[in-house]
Amino acid sequence: MGQSLIDLVNISKSFDGTMVLDDLNLSVKENTFVTLLGPSGCGKTTTLRIIGGFEKADTGKVIFDGTEINDLPPNKRQLNTVFQKYALFSHMNIAENIAFGLKIKGKSKAYINDKIKYALKLVNLDGYEKRTVDSLSGGQQQRIAIARAIVNEPRLLLLDEPLGALDLKLRQDMQYELIRLKNELGITFIYVTHDQEEALTMSDTIVVMNQGYIQQMGTPEQIYNEPENAFVADFIGESNIVPGVMLHDELVEIFGAKFACVDRGFGVNKPVDVVIRPEDIELVEPEQGTLTGTCTHLIFKGVHYEMEITTPDGFEWLVHSTTLCPVGKKVGLRVDPFNIQIMNKPASEDEEAVGVNE
Amino acid sequence: MKNSKWNLRRIWQDFYLVIIMIFLYAPIATMVVLSFNSSKSRTQWGGFTLRWYTEMFASRNIMDALQNTLLIAFLSALIAVIIGTAASIAINSMKPVPRTILMGITNIPMLNADIVTGISLMLAFIAFGISLGFQTVLIAHITFNIPYVILSVMPKLKQTSRFTYEAALDLGASPLRAFFKVVFPDILPGVLSGFLLAFTMSLDDFIITHFTRGAGINTLSTLIYSEVRRGIKPSMYALSTVIFATVLILLIISNFAPHKKAEQ
Repeated sequence: MGQSLIDLVNISKSFDGTMVLDDLNLSVKENTFVTLLGPSGCGKTTTLRIIGGFEKADTGKVIFDGTEINDLPPNKRQLNTVFQKYALFSHMNIAENIAFGLKIKGKSKAYINDKIKYALKLVNLDGYEKRTVDSLSGGQQQRIAIARAIVNEPRLLLLDEPLGALDLKLRQDMQYELIRLKNELGITFIYVTHDQEEALTMSDTIVVMNQGYIQQMGTPEQIYNEPENAFVADFIGESNIVPGVMLHDELVEIFGAKFACVDRGFGVNKPVDVVIRPEDIELVEPEQGTLTGTCTHLIFKGVHYEMEITTPDGFEWLVHSTTLCPVGKKVGLRVDPFNIQIMNKPASEDEEAVGVNE
Repeated sequence: MKNSKWNLRRIWQDFYLVIIMIFLYAPIATMVVLSFNSSKSRTQWGGFTLRWYTEMFASRNIMDALQNTLLIAFLSALIAVIIGTAASIAINSMKPVPRTILMGITNIPMLNADIVTGISLMLAFIAFGISLGFQTVLIAHITFNIPYVILSVMPKLKQTSRFTYEAALDLGASPLRAFFKVVFPDILPGVLSGFLLAFTMSLDDFIITHFTRGAGINTLSTLIYSEVRRGIKPSMYALSTVIFATVLILLIISNFAPHKKAEQ
């Protein structure tokens, strides 16, 4: 996919003695949609602000297209930001808002007018030039903020939870629109969110962050299907995380039952964490199941039933299935080998704290 | 039955309000009426006249004092607005603890008795060898006006999101340009009402001016004070009425202007 456009090398940052980013390394290739995903306070927004030039890293380098830009002020950087609260200029009309960056660059009137028209068309708001900011809805304001950023033809667009304040339906529409914009414009996107669904829908690459560390980086499929640790497994979607013992390659023991799996190279009789997604558990007759349990909780969710199956050892398995198992009924649990994901147990308590807690 | 009880209560409420209004405004109303009284008597109405107003405008002393008053009010308000706005921006971007301390310090001159401020400014001017005159009055007025500007700019500044400033930087504006294009229009109502408040305070001030003016320069308030000592002339009523009307108008403007802007 070409050269890397932006590189963060050994970036550390602390505020008032609290470490926010610890030795972070990140490389973003040109023309990709990268999402920084994590709970609030994980350092994702700080990372974005360091790239944008609004914060200075304590140590480390920010490299843009091969040039170090640590000390370059935000107004000299070839990138634009879409802020969480839109940050439109309320005393200017829509056209003046969009023209702001172009006027500073000294573009001609005709060029600016063309660009305003083009940008408004791109975000589906043709004819809104003379409107005031206050007369627009949240979603429309958000689209103007995006239009204002992209008319400057940045090579990199930073988006800080831009859809956070919108309602669900609007958010989904905007997600598709952002994907369309990225494909039409060929701009590199770095997108910050705490919404895992948003991240899975839009990204080429997801960077899962927690407590200033990158937990895992990969495609949405990798992140969802092969989480590297309990934090990622827990944060991305719902999952059952259970302690197990890797008896040998391709066989893991959970609560005394032996499950075939596809993972290798963990060693013999090694304690591990096992991740099984709720939708990957099949409900079968008790005698056919690898484990048996009793249904203790049942909710109808529309697409599927959500059930809690309690096994004799006391663990409550979360199961999503279209097969109904009424509360109190005994049932067997079965999992296909390729749906079992094995993770190393955290080596130390410290690592566990980093991995699991928010 | 119920209705008449309610009516009685209503009447008492209105009565109370009227009493309060009389206490507050009767003295001023008396002065305004007397300023149009053709008789010099303070108890008898001798017919309507504008004589005292013409006398006032013909007096060299009064006109000089008026010019000084307006010039000092305008200059001190203008300079206080520039310093006060810059100070507000600095204070607003501070961390909570130093911000609270600094806001406390800027509030002290406002709460301080004017006589203390006046005497201490006078002593300071003399100690530093600055001769008392127009310039010392101006400096004194700037000093006591700055807190009022900060007081009215600060809330506006708190309302503006720091992200609009950052967005302007992000779009390529230099920090100075970003401030004047994006932040300043947002805080302009606060700056304007700060200016009007400072202008009014300066217009209104007697005690501090009295201590810092030195010989040979008068503002309206100090002039009235010295004239009154020599026996009161009806043209002073006229002058006081004009000052009262001016202050009232300025206060109305400064109270209503920013609200109108915010409602739009």
